[in-house]
Amino acid sequence: MATYYSEEHEWIDVDGNTATLGITKHAADALGEVVFVELKEAGDTFDKDDEIGVVESVKAASELYAPLAGEVLEANATLESDPGSVNEDPEGNAWFYKIKLEDVTDLENLMDETAYKAFIA
Amino acid sequence: MTFELTPYQPYDFANRRHIGPSPTEMAEMLKVIGVETLDALIDETVPKSIRQKSPLVLQKAMSERDALHHMREVIKKNKVLTSLIGQGYYGTMTPPVIQRNILENPAWYTAYTPYQPEIAQGRLEALLNFQTMVSDLTGLEIANASLLDEATAAAEAMAMAKRSSRSKATTFFVDENCHPQTIAVIETRAEPMGIDIIIGDPDTDMDASAVFGAIFQYPGTYGRVQDFTPSIEKLHDAKAIAIMAADILALCLLKSPGDMGADIAVGTTQRFGVPMGYGGPHAAYMATTDKLKRSMPGRIIGVSVDARGNKGYRLALQTREQHIRREKANSNVCTAQALLAVMASMYAVFYGPAGLKAIAQSVHRKTARLATGLESLGFEITPDVFFDTITVEVGALQGVIMNAAVKNGINLRKVGDDRIGISLDEQTYPETIEAVWRSFGGDMKDDSAKNREYRLPESLLRTDEYLTHPIFDMNRSEAEMTRYMRRLADRDLALDRAMIPLGSCTMKLNATAEMIPLTWFGISNLHPFVPLDQAAGYTELTNQLMDQLCEITGYDAMSLQPNSGAQGEYAGLLTIRNYHKSRGQGDRNICLIPSSAHGTNPASAQMVGWKVVVVKSADNGEIDLEDFRTKADAAGDNLAACMITYPSTHGVFEETVTEVCKITHDHGGQVYIDGANMNAMCGLAQPGKIGGDVSHLNLHKTFAIPHGGGGPGMGPIGVGKHLEPFLPGHPEGGSDVGPVSAAPVGSGSILVISWAYILLMGGEGMTQATKVAILNANYIAKRLSGAYNILFKSDKGRVAHECILDTRPLNDSANVTVDDIAKRLMDCGFHAPTMSWPVPGTLMVEPTESEPKAEIDRFITAMLAIRAEAQEIEDGKIAYADSPLHHAPHTVEDLVGDWDRVYTREQACYPPGAFRVDKYWPPVNRIDNAFGDRNLVCTCPPLDAYEE
Repeated sequence: MATYYSEEHEWIDVDGNTATLGITKHAADALGEVVFVELKEAGDTFDKDDEIGVVESVKAASELYAPLAGEVLEANATLESDPGSVNEDPEGNAWFYKIKLEDVTDLENLMDETAYKAFIA
Repeated sequence: MTFELTPYQPYDFANRRHIGPSPTEMAEMLKVIGVETLDALIDETVPKSIRQKSPLVLQKAMSERDALHHMREVIKKNKVLTSLIGQGYYGTMTPPVIQRNILENPAWYTAYTPYQPEIAQGRLEALLNFQTMVSDLTGLEIANASLLDEATAAAEAMAMAKRSSRSKATTFFVDENCHPQTIAVIETRAEPMGIDIIIGDPDTDMDASAVFGAIFQYPGTYGRVQDFTPSIEKLHDAKAIAIMAADILALCLLKSPGDMGADIAVGTTQRFGVPMGYGGPHAAYMATTDKLKRSMPGRIIGVSVDARGNKGYRLALQTREQHIRREKANSNVCTAQALLAVMASMYAVFYGPAGLKAIAQSVHRKTARLATGLESLGFEITPDVFFDTITVEVGALQGVIMNAAVKNGINLRKVGDDRIGISLDEQTYPETIEAVWRSFGGDMKDDSAKNREYRLPESLLRTDEYLTHPIFDMNRSEAEMTRYMRRLADRDLALDRAMIPLGSCTMKLNATAEMIPLTWFGISNLHPFVPLDQAAGYTELTNQLMDQLCEITGYDAMSLQPNSGAQGEYAGLLTIRNYHKSRGQGDRNICLIPSSAHGTNPASAQMVGWKVVVVKSADNGEIDLEDFRTKADAAGDNLAACMITYPSTHGVFEETVTEVCKITHDHGGQVYIDGANMNAMCGLAQPGKIGGDVSHLNLHKTFAIPHGGGGPGMGPIGVGKHLEPFLPGHPEGGSDVGPVSAAPVGSGSILVISWAYILLMGGEGMTQATKVAILNANYIAKRLSGAYNILFKSDKGRVAHECILDTRPLNDSANVTVDDIAKRLMDCGFHAPTMSWPVPGTLMVEPTESEPKAEIDRFITAMLAIRAEAQEIEDGKIAYADSPLHHAPHTVEDLVGDWDRVYTREQACYPPGAFRVDKYWPPVNRIDNAFGDRNLVCTCPPLDAYEE
């Protein structure tokens, strides 16, 4: 398993051609208290840069953009009932999607942890 | 003893009443600032290059006596007939207890939008009642706290359908039975969005699979009452959205839109006790299903809890709104019609469900009697079943009958060339019905006792209960009603108690003399579509006002139609867009907007289909000229417009404005100057002369219309000569350019307030007001600098009519947030300045010219005391989590409950600046925003939540 990061502050844990996607702690902290998450449904496909969800906090509503193309295998239903979990465990239990990657080589355009840390510094 | 005559001097309204500081106080303030004279301060503040060369040429300022007399003479020229025109506007009686205690009560009309919920619990409760009323009557789960008018609400509903429909279609179906102004406003809105409109009969002309949504009128504009369930089912099968424009009074008798499966319902609540007022203001409503709630535009009141776990109200789902989401917002809607929504909700509280039903039944019975009478005279009536509106086939008699009706004191509606429409209402007397019959050639007596006929469709009679919440049943007696409205008013902090120093909102005096004509019969009782010869007073008033506003702004023409500031922006951009199109340059679609702009700017640009390109601000707060030039060059022939605010939203008169205008014009673009800060310009500089092509004016800021606790607003636009042909028109008269609002002059009745303001102030008074507004702001900036860093100043160290206090360092040094300061100001009896805009984490202070020095000094005392409290945290004398700043605001609960804090109750409740005897008590502790948005409740909570 390898973890990649996007400039839109998403993390992607890759396992073969499937992956888990969420937003980084840095993004969750910047958003403040998350009050609502809107997600796509399993089976929905998306291209890179497509809007694949909305995260609302008391301060802002932000779109979630797909860092690469793929298909939703599962959306994390607990985010709907407990949006606050995004603040508590953004890089763990509060993942957003399990996805199937369309093209694994898309990952080359993303950052590794060191690069992301430098990016947000 | 001889009697000596004192020479009579009618007092000077501007200097004696409107402008706060006295000449002596002004001298003291100038001394603090360190300038010799007021004019010297203005010379240091307003760049020479933009100063207007000659003084304003307006009439001489009138005394209150003379102005009221003059206005009475003009308004006398309006002829008030009984209007049975209908078409969305109906006779109604404002219950006197509501007129006096809400509409004529500064505690209600001078309040600001409830962004600071702790000091707005009263009107938040009233607006929650409004939402509950709308939600109940429409049979839909969630309602917002009002929109501008029915036609714009319908256009918003179309846009909402486009956002939320899963259909890929780009066509929208409009029932031909919608009010003509509704259809016209929808068409105006649809075109730039690339939406095609099909108008027709829902039963025969609608192909559900080809549309993303449809709107039906219920009852139709010509009277038809129909069950839309089958059409709605077809739409849902095609994944399209069903919208119903429904009459709020009819819903007291008829099956609800929710019951028919509608996804969205819109309409007006005018006939719930809000006078027609020549078009407005009235509160439109919108309600929708739980599923679509996050796509709904406008303000929504929700229930949350405060820091002690007690119930508290607040604005919910704010993050979808323009002030946060800008061009991605659901809509540019900003102002709602709070005051009118409060009135309509109180009407429902006053009558209760049984009373409303009785009114609806009475209106229907009168209509049934009218119809039967006309039928007995041999006229053919359509439809067979109806609520309050019928259409009569009259053939060639149309003109004769309409004229006869006018002679009998009645306006009927001309429908085509051979029909007449008649809508009855709460105010229809038996004599009215008899006069209608007489106009049709019948001499009959209306005997209501004998005729109890119903002509409503049996299958559409409403069977479910509504307004079952006890709030609609507990205020039957006028004694209790009066006290309820007083209790709610007392929870709120409005201008009648304290300065509201909100930057960019210009919370100035709304003088009583300016408000008084609003409820005069000749102003409040005119239908917007009466023949022009009956509205001669209004015509004179509006022409005079447009001339005055042109003189003040330096523009050549005005449109009074936009009924909010954001609506004005949209109208102004449409005007520019139509101008470009007329010159074969319709492709221009890039709009340059500085990062510091009001959130409505990008949201409005998006509504006319333009692409927003954001221009950076330089470190000094001015527009970054280099960046502007680069982006204008990049846009090239696609540059449509730039939208700037002057003086800038940072509160500075920028020297660069002429250059920005020049660059834009060189690229063939037009300059939109947002008039939000016009209060810093009147008499000193004119947007139309410094390079602007269009501006909107917030009459509810600069020109004394009160904010009403979140509306009404008025946003007329001024334009240069070349744009005049492209100003909004109206199907009821005017050019054939599409309208942006339901009525030709928007919210006609409140124009009288701005007109009165200009009459009372005159050119000199208004110029002096501008200068004193700048003086007051510079005085505050000077007194508070040191304690707070003043963010943006001109080269000469001056601010315009507002200043930004940088409170971010306190967050770094003491964890104190801008929220903490805002809430602590409540303990001092103040409404906070504008928070976190245009710079996050800061406060923007605008005192206006109306505040006297004593009140300004009280505010300064409070701000300095707050700084000292932060200092204690910085010095380690108290922990942030234990500090009064963190726990603010404090309530009576803090005074009488257990107390384990490290500071005293005295310090908690009576900080410097607070009054002792006249202390304002916030009714709740700090409201938990996240809890409210995570547990959304937007209707009245169960009764036990109200118990003391």
